Amino acid sequence: MPASLELRDIHKEYGGRQIIKGVSLTVAPSEFLVLVGPSGCGKSTLLRMIAGLEEITSGDLLFDGERVNDWDPARRRIGMVFQSYALYPHMTVAENIGFSLKLAKMPRAERQQRVDDALRTLQLEELRDNKPSQLSGGQRQRVAIGRAIVRNPNAFLFDEPLSNLDASLRIQMRMEISRLHQRLRNTVVYVTHDQVEAMTLADRIVVLEGGVIRQIGAPLDLYERPANRFVAGFIGTPTMAFLHVARSDAKGGQLAVKLAGQDDDAPPLELGIAVSATFAEGAFTLGIRPEHCRLAAPESARLVGTVALVERLGADTFAFLDVPGAEDTVAVRLGEEANRIAVGDRVGLQFDAAKAHLFDAGGIAVRSPAI
Amino acid sequence: MSGTSPRQHQSVSLRFALYALMLLLALVFVFPFLFMLTASFRTNEQIFAHSGTIGAFVPTGELTTANYAYVFGNGNILHFFLNSVLITTLTVGLGLIVNSLAAFSLARLQWRGREAVASLLVVLLVIPFEAISVPLMLLVAHLPGLGLEAGRLVLTRSWLNTLYVQILPFVANAFSIYLFYQFFRGIPKDFDEAAYIDGATPLQAYRHVIVPSSKPVFATVSILQGLAMWNQYLWPVITVPGESARPLMVGMQQFFGHTTEWGNVMAYATVITVPVLAAFVIFQRWFVRSVIGSGVKG
Repeated sequence: MPASLELRDIHKEYGGRQIIKGVSLTVAPSEFLVLVGPSGCGKSTLLRMIAGLEEITSGDLLFDGERVNDWDPARRRIGMVFQSYALYPHMTVAENIGFSLKLAKMPRAERQQRVDDALRTLQLEELRDNKPSQLSGGQRQRVAIGRAIVRNPNAFLFDEPLSNLDASLRIQMRMEISRLHQRLRNTVVYVTHDQVEAMTLADRIVVLEGGVIRQIGAPLDLYERPANRFVAGFIGTPTMAFLHVARSDAKGGQLAVKLAGQDDDAPPLELGIAVSATFAEGAFTLGIRPEHCRLAAPESARLVGTVALVERLGADTFAFLDVPGAEDTVAVRLGEEANRIAVGDRVGLQFDAAKAHLFDAGGIAVRSPAI
Repeated sequence: MSGTSPRQHQSVSLRFALYALMLLLALVFVFPFLFMLTASFRTNEQIFAHSGTIGAFVPTGELTTANYAYVFGNGNILHFFLNSVLITTLTVGLGLIVNSLAAFSLARLQWRGREAVASLLVVLLVIPFEAISVPLMLLVAHLPGLGLEAGRLVLTRSWLNTLYVQILPFVANAFSIYLFYQFFRGIPKDFDEAAYIDGATPLQAYRHVIVPSSKPVFATVSILQGLAMWNQYLWPVITVPGESARPLMVGMQQFFGHTTEWGNVMAYATVITVPVLAAFVIFQRWFVRSVIGSGVKG
C-alpha cells in the first residue's frame, strides 16, 4: 500500500548550524513529489531524514499518521535510489535486487519469483548474473530501481538518480521512471537540482532554498504563478528576466511603473494592479518570461538592447539581449525572425505587460498574471 | 620504417637501467635466503669450503638431506611447529574478527567518544611491545586460567606456560585496527546506507557489504599479524618456560644448543621460513594492492 507522508515543522542542525529550518508538508499516497533547489538547500538532507539515515533534530515525521522519527530505516520500509546507485560491487544483479528479501528471510522460491518479476519489469533478465562493474550507467540505474521496487515499499525515495547519466540517457531514464510510477502508483519523493526533471516528473514540486520551503505547487502553478523571485528565477529555461523599476506611482489607484531602461519621455507601464499611493512608493522588480517577449523595431519598442547571444536549439531559438536596467541578459523566444538576428544587432524589446510578474523589494510576488 | 628514434632509444635504455637496479636490489634480499637454502643441504665442511665464493649461494656439488633428517629426528620440531601454527592461525583468525569489528565501529558507526578512541589508537601505535612486556607478563602471571590435568579441565592460577597466553594478548592489535579503519573509511558510505535501507542491521551491513569489499585489507592484516605471531620470540621466552606450549622460534634457540652443525641450523631455519613465504606468495596480489591503497610502508 502506498503510504502518505507528513512532515511537521522539521528542523535539522549540524554543530549548531541550521540546515533545515522548519519544513512542513504532506505527500499523498501515490503522489510523485519532487524536492528541487540549488546545491546546499537541504533537499538531500530532508530526503535522508525521511529515509531514517539522518536524525531529525526536532519536528515530527509521520507515515500514514504514525510518528516514525525513532524508527530505523528498515522499519520504515522505504526503497531508495542513491545518486551513486550504491550497488554492492561483489553481488550480481539478481543478488543486489534480492538482498533485502534475503535479509527479511523470505523463502527462496518466493524471493526468486519477486526478483524475476523485478528483472522483467526493468528488462534486466539478460544481465541477472552480471556484476555492477560490467554494467553501463543506465543499466546500473535500473538495477538500483529494481532493488527499491522489489520490497514493495511504503514509498520510493530518489536522491538525484539521474545526475550521473549523460543527457540522452537522462531523458530516457526520466521517461522510464515516469512510466514505472504510472504503473506501480507508489508514493515517490524525488530530489533533484534539475528543474526540467522536476517539471516533467512531478505531481507537485517543493522548491527549497536555504533549508526553507519557498513554494509548493503543481509544476505549471510554479511556472505561471511563482510566489517569489527565487521560484520565478529557478523554474523555467531560459530563466525569467528581471527588470528594475525606476519609478512607480498609483495612477488613478492603479500601479504604473517606469522601467530603469526606458527613455524619460516614454509612457509609464500600466500593470492593472489596484494599489494605494503608499504601497506604490515601494521598490519593485518586473519579471518577464522569454515566451512573452518579442523583438520590435527600436524606435517603436518599450526598451532597446543589443543581441549578446543567439541559441538555436532546433525547435526553438532564443536571443539573449543586453538591456539597460535588466539584472542579466533578457531571453526572448524568437519566431520567424530567428534567421535574421545576429549577435551585436541593436533591437527593440516588447513584452506583454499583462503577463509580466511584479515583485516587491523583499522579492515577494505582488502579482503573478492570470494566464 | 626501421630503427628507433633517439627518444625511444633513451626510454628503452632508461628502462633497462631501472630493471638492472631492481634486479641488483632483489639479489641483495635474495642472497641470504639462497645461502640458508643451499647450506641446509650441505655438511659443515661443504659450507666452509664454499664460503666466500658464489658457490655458497648455488646448490651445486655434494648435497645431502641429512640435515633435515636430523632436524625432524631431534628437537621436537613438529610439536613446536604445530604450536606455532595454532598460535598464528588462532591469533590471526580472532584478530581479523575483533580488529575489523572495532575498526567498523570507529569508521562507520556514530557514537559519543568515537573520535577520542580513534586518536587513542594512534597513540597506541607508537608504544613498543618491549615497553609493556614486563607489566603484561606480571599481569598474565596472576590471571586465573584454564588448564588440562590428567585429561580434566581445571582452573589454574596463572596463564603462564599455556598456548592462550601467546594468543589472547595479541588478538586486539592497534596497528591492525588502524589498517582496517583507514580502509573502511575509503569505502563509500552509500554502501552501508543502502544496506540499512534494505533492512540490514549494522552487523549485517558489516558482514554482507563491508567485509566482501575489503579483501585486500584482510589479506594485509593476515600477513602482517601472521608474520609477527610466527616470529614471536621475546614473549614466549618470558611466559612459556616449559616445552608443551613452546613455539618454533624459541624451539630454534633451544635447537642451537644441541648442535654445532650449521647445516642443521639452516635446515631448521628453512623449515621455519617456507610457510611464511608460501603465505606471502598466495596473498601477494591483495597484499601489494592494500599496502598501496592504505599508504602503509611495508
